[in-house]
Amino acid sequence: MKPLKIIVLAKQVPDTRNVGKDAMKADGTVNRAALEAIFNPEDLNALEQALRMKERVPGSTVSLLTMGPGRAADVIREGLYRGADGGILLTDRKFAGSDTLATSYAISMAVKKMEYDIIIAGRQAIDGDTAQVGPQVAEKLQIPQVTYVEEIEKVDKGYLTIRRRLDNGVEHVKTPFPALLTVHSSASDCRPRIARNVMKYKHARTLTELQDTTEDYTKMFHDRPYLKIREMGVEEIGADVEALGLSGSPTKVKKIESVVFKAKEAKVVQSEDKDIEKLIVELIENHTIG
Amino acid sequence: MNNIIVYCETNGNSVAEVSLELLTKARNLAVQLKVKVEGILVGNDLKGLENQLFAHGANVVHKAEDPRLEFYQTLPHAGIVCEIMKKEQPQIGLFGATPVGRDLAPRVASVLKSGLTADCTSLEIGDHYEKKTDTTYKNLLYQIRPAFGGNIVATIINPETRPQLATVREGVMKREELTTLVKGKVKSWKVEDIVGKDKFVVEIIERHVEDKKVNIKGSQIIVAGGYGVGSKENFGILYQLADVLGGEVGGTRAAVDAGFIEHDRQIGQTGVTVRPKLYIACGISGQIQHRAGMMESSMIISINTDSKAPINSIADYVITGDFAEVVPKLIRYYRKNSK
Ligand SMILES: Cc1cc2nc3c(=O)[nH]c(=O)nc-3n(C[C@H](O)[C@H](O)[C@H](O)COP(=O)(O)OP(=O)(O)OC[C@H]3O[C@@H](n4cnc5c(N)ncnc54)[C@H](O)[C@@H]3O)c2cc1C
Ligand SMILES: Nc1ncnc2c1ncn2[C@@H]1O[C@H](COP(=O)(O)O)[C@@H](O)[C@H]1O
Repeated sequence: MKPLKIIVLAKQVPDTRNVGKDAMKADGTVNRAALEAIFNPEDLNALEQALRMKERVPGSTVSLLTMGPGRAADVIREGLYRGADGGILLTDRKFAGSDTLATSYAISMAVKKMEYDIIIAGRQAIDGDTAQVGPQVAEKLQIPQVTYVEEIEKVDKGYLTIRRRLDNGVEHVKTPFPALLTVHSSASDCRPRIARNVMKYKHARTLTELQDTTEDYTKMFHDRPYLKIREMGVEEIGADVEALGLSGSPTKVKKIESVVFKAKEAKVVQSEDKDIEKLIVELIENHTIG
Repeated sequence: MNNIIVYCETNGNSVAEVSLELLTKARNLAVQLKVKVEGILVGNDLKGLENQLFAHGANVVHKAEDPRLEFYQTLPHAGIVCEIMKKEQPQIGLFGATPVGRDLAPRVASVLKSGLTADCTSLEIGDHYEKKTDTTYKNLLYQIRPAFGGNIVATIINPETRPQLATVREGVMKREELTTLVKGKVKSWKVEDIVGKDKFVVEIIERHVEDKKVNIKGSQIIVAGGYGVGSKENFGILYQLADVLGGEVGGTRAAVDAGFIEHDRQIGQTGVTVRPKLYIACGISGQIQHRAGMMESSMIISINTDSKAPINSIADYVITGDFAEVVPKLIRYYRKNSK
């Protein structure tokens, strides 16, 4: 079978699962600096599915595509350590403030500059839990989508057979490709880093990352071109600036309320009626219940 | 024109619970906006289902039937829903935040270039003043949802684009049937005029759908009981609390071993791991194997007769007392204070 070109959409996200008490600023906004930046968990499940397909169809390649600030290059290095062949960092100030519609527009424009048979995303990113970017990229590319993927069961010429995980069961579908898949957390975990790849790629850098160093990397990139992580911005992908960032995002955040108040000491509540009622009212007011 | 449209999911010969909840909510919003509610039904042989929609407040039901649409498929459904929305120009479009709604809504939003907010837990109508442009927007849909792993609650608006689209979680809104039935209009749409053969490319080979299993993993609120609850009968009161809060019941291994509760509700190292917004632990000592499955809960309330129970060290609120006394009070005061 013809080798496949697979793109994995991976996002760097703040680890919202380990939120400490300094996670919120006094003004109620998220203090991203206090949260570790990680590879979005379901995107690792997506990467694993991609690597398995690569093993099944000899000669196939897996490229990561991530949109984010400069430090999101970490996601690409992590992917390379685990077996991906390359990656592109989509980065530009003009992307800032993009909602899912603008994000999917930017990603779809970047994808159009790449070759692909199959695009694999995570089901959702833990910073927003929206699960929208995958389907919206598929729509913008005018290709079919299969969401909630648990396993790619078969790869035939031009077709994939897939098991989907639904709330109350499973569904087996057959889709032609090119297609976009979003992978569910119930899919297999991603394989760990491969020591050989870590050695090979630990110096992989974007040009922007190198601007801060004094080393002369020109020779290194010349000798070992695989160490260069390509960056693309608005111009490279030929996107309409109006459709990006805040101007391209129909949704606006009107208000944010923090519900984190992890007290170090537990609050002791008496079992008297008035104390229980006070607790209930507090929980309703801070949106924990109700 | 400019009504509220609800995409209604079907399963077999009934309309999904979440869609009926949404129709009920849409009815309330429609009264405030002085508009009507419309429902969309797509499937094969939908005879009579429109009546369930009318009974929950739809004034108009859009029906698209085709033998090929027995089960949900992204491309044809998206094509049909987009066509209806383009023709009817609703100001608000609502979907359940289910695997179907979350597959369909983003695709629709992308075609219509509309804003979409996922997984809302509350919807309200309100105004918005935009300082930068000195513009006041009247009667916007406030789409309220938890974000950042449940650590913040955000209110999202779509000032400029229409429809304002949202998916809404199952079970967070109340479903109420109308007391007097008003029969609305049915509007039929011809599927083959809207979607071509090329949209039927993804083939469903096989489906295994089980009856709804307990889904404590996905629940935002968990009321858990341990050995201290004492009996299967005593667990009844925990189910009542979970029911009024819209949550699920879980248990410790000791409770499962004692036969108080089924095994698939066991939380911990050898059970499921949960990360709800709120975990209410009743009569649970909090051994490490249990904590391993619940300590990432955003908020933990412990109800235990022993003020030194280990669970208290990770709790946000500690109520020292008998669960049999405390839980009924929680129910009572929740009923009294919630809207
Ligand atoms: C390998 C291994 C794996 C395990 N895996 C799991 C697992 O996945 N999940 C799990 O839960 N356990 C697991 N366990 C068992 C675990 O070690 C504990 O035994 C178990 O969690 C204890 O359950 P409990 O808190 O309900 O019971 P207990 O420890 O007996 O605690 C009962 C509590 O109820 C309180 N109480 C009594 N009466 C009342 C009342 N009327 N009102 C309020 N409070 C009251 C008591 O003060 C006490 O704190 C595992 C153990 C092993 C060795
Ligand atoms: N900035 C991004 N860069 C790369 N992939 C992304 C980005 N945002 C979202 N995705 C992909 O889309 C999926 C769903 O994201 P979301 O809609 O934000 O929940 C993620 O799991 C990623 O695979």
